[in-house]
Amino acid sequence: MNVFGFKISPSSAIDMDKVDRARFEELCRVEPDAVRCMACGSCSATCPASAFSGMSIRKVLLMLQRGKEKDAFRMMRNCMLCGKCTMVCPRGINTRHLILSICRIYDDKEGKQ
Amino acid sequence: MIYQGKKKIWSDYQKEIPDDHWYYVRSCIRQNFFPASEKMFLEICRDVLGKDIYENEHHTTCGGIAYHCDTIPQETAMTIVARQFALMTEAGYKNYVASCITSFGNYSEILETWREFPELETKIREMLWKACRKEFNKPEYLAHSSDLIYKFRNEIAEKARFHLINKDTGEPLRVVEHIGCHYSKMFPSKGVGGAEYPYVLTGMVESWGGNVIDYPERRHCCGYGFRQYHVKANRGYSIANTHKKFESMEPYKPDMIITNCPGCPYFLDRWQYVIAEMEGKTYGQNGYGIPVFTYEEVAGLVLGYDPWDLGLQLHQVAVEPLLDKIGIEYDPASKYLGTNRKDIMRPELPANLKCH
Amino acid sequence: MKEIIVIIGGGIAGLEAASQLLKLGYSPIIVEKSDHLGGHVSRWNKLFPDMTPAQDLLSELIMSSKDANIFLNTAISSMNRLKDSYNIMLSNGISIITKYILITTGFRLFDASKKEEYGYGVYDQVITNADLEHWFNNGNDGRIDNSQMNAIGFVHCVGSRDEKARNTQCSKVCCITAIKQAIELKERFPDAQIYCFYMDLRLFGKKFEDFYIKAQKDFGIHFIRGRVSEVSENIEGKVIVKAEDTLAGKPIKVTLDLLVLMSGMVCNPDSTRTAGMMALPIDSDGFLKSSDNVFHITSSPKQGIYYAGACTGPKTVPETLAEARSAVLEIHSHIIGKE
Repeated sequence: MNVFGFKISPSSAIDMDKVDRARFEELCRVEPDAVRCMACGSCSATCPASAFSGMSIRKVLLMLQRGKEKDAFRMMRNCMLCGKCTMVCPRGINTRHLILSICRIYDDKEGKQ
Repeated sequence: MIYQGKKKIWSDYQKEIPDDHWYYVRSCIRQNFFPASEKMFLEICRDVLGKDIYENEHHTTCGGIAYHCDTIPQETAMTIVARQFALMTEAGYKNYVASCITSFGNYSEILETWREFPELETKIREMLWKACRKEFNKPEYLAHSSDLIYKFRNEIAEKARFHLINKDTGEPLRVVEHIGCHYSKMFPSKGVGGAEYPYVLTGMVESWGGNVIDYPERRHCCGYGFRQYHVKANRGYSIANTHKKFESMEPYKPDMIITNCPGCPYFLDRWQYVIAEMEGKTYGQNGYGIPVFTYEEVAGLVLGYDPWDLGLQLHQVAVEPLLDKIGIEYDPASKYLGTNRKDIMRPELPANLKCH
Repeated sequence: MKEIIVIIGGGIAGLEAASQLLKLGYSPIIVEKSDHLGGHVSRWNKLFPDMTPAQDLLSELIMSSKDANIFLNTAISSMNRLKDSYNIMLSNGISIITKYILITTGFRLFDASKKEEYGYGVYDQVITNADLEHWFNNGNDGRIDNSQMNAIGFVHCVGSRDEKARNTQCSKVCCITAIKQAIELKERFPDAQIYCFYMDLRLFGKKFEDFYIKAQKDFGIHFIRGRVSEVSENIEGKVIVKAEDTLAGKPIKVTLDLLVLMSGMVCNPDSTRTAGMMALPIDSDGFLKSSDNVFHITSSPKQGIYYAGACTGPKTVPETLAEARSAVLEIHSHIIGKE
């Protein structure tokens, strides 16, 4: 029993040594453009879900590469697949298609295809 | 690791430390945590090395802890410090040596602030005069007491009865050195060896026979961090930082830790108990912790003082495994006998950290 | 009589200027303090963006300037102004009277050991961009273990955009050089993860952005926006770097087998010394100050003294070559105008 009234605080630091890249590499095989993001933020600026839910496909891509897959997947649920982000991306990343691929590859639920 | 590269940096950060005649100010808290350390500093300087170190009973706290906890403004801390300088001036001294790193940082910061903003110094002189009719000269030299022990490290080594060497293997002990943040992080040029690779404690360890370990989190704060500890809601950050350091040094199997700050040895020592209670993990050998010392305690051990006269029974982590490694004789039965062999009572033993 | 033009510095700017002056029928004299021509480029391996071998460029420059009078291992001892010309004393005892001086003293690489927190000269696995380029050339560097390369990092802006290092300027070429070198290392160590720690990616030149996209897409180089704050060594002798991933808003750490510091360009103390002899002005960034920074970059405020290349600020190789030609044209126009 902890009698001290406090605990060792968990660290929020990203440890790149511990990142498992397997799924992201799988994603890159079907979506080679996933690594071409230059973090300009156009997608999030125009996203209808962004201001209300924090949705940002830029952040999702970053989190997937930093080992925060669960957080990224949770954020993705707010996407409404409107496709505006695909329209504004200066690098021409097909974000809508990318989002669907992420949903397929990172879904841990039973019975997924 | 390229040792020559470090030596080059050390040679760039050598500060001038006068040989003699110092006005000494104590720390607020060290006598409670490490009761013999300041006494040992005075004894080594005065009796062993024959130096003139003066102190008087009129000095107070420097206000550093209150300043860093945001409970007093800097002007108040400055006026307190101005009064200390006035005491030094009245006693006829020009060299000022502080026992505490918080104080040393506070003094350095205040002197630097006055250099940049002379009008502030004028204001503080007025405030001091209004408050207690005192005037002061600024010290010609400011040092931390570890600077002096560093300066005299080779004289101490010449008189040493013991060295930081494992008596069974003949190998140098593996020593973690930990510098208080405010020793040189604020003003790298004010610390021996600078801030990235400080030399003040490394110099002592090398001179007394040990090997310093350069582990990844060597530069990290001990975890005390003033409000991190003082505010209970933040205490988890405090111990998390200490925990991070221990996890980082663990693979090197350190024999001991040497420190030069009041807070660092306290937290590095006591948090080992708390980590053991919370996580069941200990970092020394056979369930013990890693013994943590002040540099005065280490100097005292090297010079052959009795461990119990150095107050080592007040440490949380048992020091006996280290004493055995070096071959320092001690009487287990008198561990808890104070001055005049009065029984100072035994502490309750922790569940997970072996302490006897 | 052929006009004599003294070129101070035998790097690529000096060589290209000499070659152009020869074509115009002048008599250039190159004064070079080291024992070889080509300056920094002589120790470089490949040049962005087309991966041109540096040696090819240099051979061509040396070939086309071979008829110039070249003094190696020679420094400028003194310089003074006569009525309408300059008297230059060389360290080999020769003195030259000339109406035209072209300063092509270039830059110096920032001394990475000044950034103590990065551990250059302290930790075995920390090298600079120049060290890496030399290793590409000769494959010989005890700090690079060919067999053990799982993770490699690049730190951009080492000594650039750094007020504490007294260099506020951007060194311009390091972003693209880091990307070039990252790709070259990835080609040699395909299984290694490669990280670039940058503050901004300043990819201004022709095809530079293409290079960046290629590094991301074809080579999987990881770009982390954040300046490395601290480097340390672990028990296996690998280096651990700490930074903030500013796009994620979190501290980040990674263990590496090799860390490459992108040392920036700082003014060459020889430029400052030479400028001092003729009381030429120094700009706020420490480099030589041109008459103006838009229209007369190759002109000094003193008649007959011209600049070309990185002595006036960080430049790429093509920019340096273009400036050398431009300075030659200025000198030529001046001579023609007087005739």
